[in-house]
Amino acid sequence: MWCSRMALRRLQRIAVTPLNITGGLTSSAQREMSTLPRVYVTRQIPPEGLKILSESGQVQFELWDSDDAPVPRKELLQKVKGVDGLLCVLTEKIDAELLDAAGPNLKVLSTMSVGFDHLSLEELKKSVCVCVCVFSCRGIRVGYTPDVLTDSVAELTVALLLTTSRRLIEATHEAKTGGWGTWRTLWLCGHELANSTVGILGLGRIGVAIAERLAPFKVKKFIYTDVAPRPELASIINAEYVSLDELAKQSDFLAVCCALTPETKEICNKDLFSKMKNTSIFINTSRGGVVHQDDLYEALSTGQIAGAGLDVTVPEPLPTDHPLFTLKNCVILPHIASASYTTRNAMSALAANNLLLGLRGEPMIKELKL
Amino acid sequence: MQTVGKLMKVFLTRRIPPEGMKILSAAGVCEVSLWDSDEPVPRAELLRGVQGAHGLLCLLSDKIDAEVLDAAGPNLKVISTLSVGFDHLALEEIKKRGIRVGYTPDVLTDATAELTVALLLATARRLPEGVEEVKNGGWSSWKPLWLCGYGLSGSTVGIIGLGRIGMAIAQRLMPFGVKRLLYSGRTAKAHAAKVNGEFVPLDTLVSESDFLVVSCSLTPETQGLCDKAFFSKMKNTAVLVNSSRGAVVNQEDLYEALTSGQIAAAGLDVTTPEPLPTNHPLLTLKNCVVLPHIGSATYSTRGIMAALSAKNLLGGLQGADMPSELTF
Repeated sequence: MWCSRMALRRLQRIAVTPLNITGGLTSSAQREMSTLPRVYVTRQIPPEGLKILSESGQVQFELWDSDDAPVPRKELLQKVKGVDGLLCVLTEKIDAELLDAAGPNLKVLSTMSVGFDHLSLEELKKSVCVCVCVFSCRGIRVGYTPDVLTDSVAELTVALLLTTSRRLIEATHEAKTGGWGTWRTLWLCGHELANSTVGILGLGRIGVAIAERLAPFKVKKFIYTDVAPRPELASIINAEYVSLDELAKQSDFLAVCCALTPETKEICNKDLFSKMKNTSIFINTSRGGVVHQDDLYEALSTGQIAGAGLDVTVPEPLPTDHPLFTLKNCVILPHIASASYTTRNAMSALAANNLLLGLRGEPMIKELKL
Repeated sequence: MQTVGKLMKVFLTRRIPPEGMKILSAAGVCEVSLWDSDEPVPRAELLRGVQGAHGLLCLLSDKIDAEVLDAAGPNLKVISTLSVGFDHLALEEIKKRGIRVGYTPDVLTDATAELTVALLLATARRLPEGVEEVKNGGWSSWKPLWLCGYGLSGSTVGIIGLGRIGMAIAQRLMPFGVKRLLYSGRTAKAHAAKVNGEFVPLDTLVSESDFLVVSCSLTPETQGLCDKAFFSKMKNTAVLVNSSRGAVVNQEDLYEALTSGQIAAAGLDVTTPEPLPTNHPLLTLKNCVVLPHIGSATYSTRGIMAALSAKNLLGGLQGADMPSELTF
């Protein structure tokens, strides 16, 4: 069954040690423990990661023991005081205020995500060592979780693309509400991938993985745009490098796979949509900030493009009265691209290992270069 | 002078896409009589409309049985169906009367395989549930285990019936990191090698698959194949997908299996009956995705099916080859 509490219990049965919320060591070891590095974990992450932290004997950690709601800001600022390591998820804004609150002991930040737009990189990149603002000045290292979630994200992106292009949500609704009569020849027809051109905005690991999954649907051509050509990745999927304009004009299916940066913020706007085909499908599983949502609404409601599928929005959650919800041709998911049991556990384990390695001064498995 | 007497009479049980109509009118060999609607022809109208017809173009929602064939009379030489399935045609009766049958395999394989994979992914990754949560305010913030589903990566997929469509489904699933591809059926298939398919007994497929795709035709042997015994052998984390014919699945047993946690989820593009009544218990389940039989529903495919069924009809009328004739 799907209930997340049941899922958590099932996964916890896999984890060998019952977890002690404050670090897994017995009280008799408290004296030795007091010199261990202190870690704060901002969410009840999946069991694999918690198991790794508690069995390491290397840290004492405290945990915001909810898998449901994020740690309130005030609580977070309080709890990070004096920590050596911080393991967070993407709902926490790691900015100057938080780093100040943490203080000079903080050496390692490990995020359980591949995106890092919740980390104030603008601040991090400053080369002048201003004592309140800069990760690198403080010598803070950052771990993240690329690769382990690539399969899951690519899979969900393809799921979303097909759900949008083949109108599955409209169809399930018709089946439930009596719109389903008998078989009809043109009812609920969608647009096929066969003989189509698929365009990828931002060709990284995830973009390539998406294209690999789409290829056997008899896609005719893959094209991509990026800040510069990516010949090695492009050759894996036989994709042609084009300008953003050409991507818009030629794509029957356009998938956004780039990171959110100042350059890509709202790059999918009325300029882009106006150049797209009116039979095209637009998919975004990267970050909501890459899309100008009002322009998207215009494009969808006027038939400038045929449909859109979004796993990410601004804000998250998207308020239920947002105009995009009134559109039959817009499918919105609550940011679940990496939501498979095995993937979330793998992300949890990786984030925990990155943290422990960083605290030991060793190379992390996946370290973000600042 | 009227040449109507020279034209053969054909009856179309539904309005078909223009690609098909064009071919029939351009051929100049038949006078087309048509139930000019997107809704099914009522039985009485059908029995009237087929009288004296040389050719009949029908859909899968039309039951072509002895009663219809008798009403048509001895002129009827060809039945052309706008479908690949033919379980709506009483083949024994048709054979007795020496009538030829055209159907539409191959041209809808891509669209149907695509829809089956779409349904598998939407079910396994819980997309309709996700959409609902978003609309009704269930989405508060990112949570590590919320709405987690089952991924294809490292999984075992079992396909019941590795025919044209089953094969096309298998090919589309390969790059998702599927570890093993099992299939079952009457005989092993040479083309299975292309997807590293392992031919196994049905029981093995049922007990070892993480994703079970039903892709066989409906026959007396496959009727009710997916029943209580079948579900009891499946993993409780397994996902069932059926895009073949509704009657292959025992729906009461499926409901039990889904509500008791015997299997994780099911996706159905076909049901018994179609449409499924809106108060059917399966429609109340979060872990059951029901689509209204849209396997081949893409604009280009339906147009191609219409053209093919028109050509099949003309071939039969003229005693010539049909592009896709059913041998039975």
